[in-house]
Amino acid sequence: MKRTVPLIITATVGLLLIVANFVPALSELSEDGTTFFSIIAAIAFVLGGGSLLKVHLKKLSDRDRGWAYSLIVLGSFFVTLVVGLFKIGAPPNPAYPDKPWAGGYNEPGTFFNWIYEYLFYPLTATMFAMLAFYIASAAFRAFRAKNFEAILLLGTAFIILLGQTAAGPALTNWIPPDGPFAGLRLEELSAYVMDVFNTAGSRAIVIGIALGIASTSLKILMGLDRSYLGGGN
Amino acid sequence: MGFFERIGNLDRRWIFLLMGLAVAIPIIIIDVTGFIPPELPMPKAKSTFQTLDDLPAGSKVLLSWDFDPATEGELGPMANTFIRQCAQKGHKMYFMALVPVGAQMIRSTTSDVIGTYYPDLVYGEDWVDLGYKAGNEAVVKTLVTDFNQMFPSDARGEPLSTIPMMSGIKDLTAFDAIVSVTAGYPGCKEWVLFASTPLKIPTVVGCTGVIAPQMYPYYPQQIQGLLQAIKGAAEYELLVNDWVRRDQFRNTLLAMGVEVSGEDSMGDLPSTSEELDAWAGDHVGKGLTEAQATEVRGFASEKKAELVAPVDAPEPGLFLEAQKRMGPQLSAHILMLVLIVLGNLTYFVTRRRGGGR
Repeated sequence: MKRTVPLIITATVGLLLIVANFVPALSELSEDGTTFFSIIAAIAFVLGGGSLLKVHLKKLSDRDRGWAYSLIVLGSFFVTLVVGLFKIGAPPNPAYPDKPWAGGYNEPGTFFNWIYEYLFYPLTATMFAMLAFYIASAAFRAFRAKNFEAILLLGTAFIILLGQTAAGPALTNWIPPDGPFAGLRLEELSAYVMDVFNTAGSRAIVIGIALGIASTSLKILMGLDRSYLGGGN
Repeated sequence: MGFFERIGNLDRRWIFLLMGLAVAIPIIIIDVTGFIPPELPMPKAKSTFQTLDDLPAGSKVLLSWDFDPATEGELGPMANTFIRQCAQKGHKMYFMALVPVGAQMIRSTTSDVIGTYYPDLVYGEDWVDLGYKAGNEAVVKTLVTDFNQMFPSDARGEPLSTIPMMSGIKDLTAFDAIVSVTAGYPGCKEWVLFASTPLKIPTVVGCTGVIAPQMYPYYPQQIQGLLQAIKGAAEYELLVNDWVRRDQFRNTLLAMGVEVSGEDSMGDLPSTSEELDAWAGDHVGKGLTEAQATEVRGFASEKKAELVAPVDAPEPGLFLEAQKRMGPQLSAHILMLVLIVLGNLTYFVTRRRGGGR
């Protein structure tokens, strides 16, 4: 029963959404399906919170390696949740001055906004910015012209890295932009690589993914692939 | 130990230090000198600009800010420039987000651009903040058929029925263009697959360098403009800044009773009274009539000064951000190339000596 009911729901809704695409009379049912998806997506936030609590509370109680990080995660989670839910520091909404809870939870001046502005924003920006350092280090240690494919990759990297900056036009400025060799200017070469080689590769990947999604979806609709139900089999 | 062996065993903290300097030094130099690396707008940036420029004033543009603080450095400047072009053109702007912190991105960009440079725009009449909605592509799919179901109120909690610019918006077909600034999933791809392609709504996309290769196959049939990371943003910024100057010059002339006809007839804008006289003479039959040119030449010197003042006025720093950030990008890319060359030299030399890895 635990597996049959979800299988029936999945197959019914999945088939309905596919058929509704071709039968206009079923479009309202299809819209209802999409609405249900949005509701489930909102509920997923609650489930996500529950899952986070379960994992980190277990880590804390077991005193696993790195349990102090779990403590920080839980502390941050609860502080953010409480200040957001209770709108701590929220200024009154000018449209409803007699309703103290009418102000936005993330308005400037709220504690939630303070957390975003002075903790979340700099931390996430720092994490992303650190990529530049690791990429530089990786390029130095791992980007080797060991074989023909690697040489092709290196050559393309040089063209793109130069073409994406002012160095590209500066280095090949001597090639007349209207002449027969204009395509050899680095910015043009970079655009050509992206437009032709990259687009061809990306298109092939996209078509491959689409075919993969179609076949996986069919397997799920037919009940052949049940991995999404969990349980290991 | 030889030079190459020493380089091969270089502590990576030296590389981190070099990268830090490669980014920090240009930032300081650009800040102190005001030098901005030259940019050359490429076709994708031009078509992005053109798509929004071709829409008549008052068109409804949906702007989806699907990025977060992590990618703000890459996407923030283009988001600001999108708002600037729409605001200057007089488009109605509808902001929304498919990622949770996109709501904060909307707040900061609208506050920076509209709050500071277009304070006359009225909330609810010229622009509206619809905020974030959970559901990824399902949000887009629902908006295709029923806008109010997904957004019963705006980000401030006001029912949409009380917001003047929302009247007549039943679904996405009410919009004349979609602008998606995207850091990943959900974002531009979902807009293209579920909205702009089936409904044939002109769409322009600004995305991170990592996402851009995936979006190339959709250009130019399914998306009409594509800005790739800070490079695309810098090219687009250059185009919009130039256009804004021309538009301001044209509007000032119009306020003085002279209407220039034709969008491309402005030529090089005059920055002194003498140049203005010459400009008026040169544009007879190219946007100005003989009588209009005589009228411009006959303006009092104060009026002429008022007309040419914005032409040479420094651009607000907010609208030079992308071009400024190309400086650190240039030095960082050059450092990367030097490191790759050095790494390969080391590899081949040490391998020849029998110690290659």
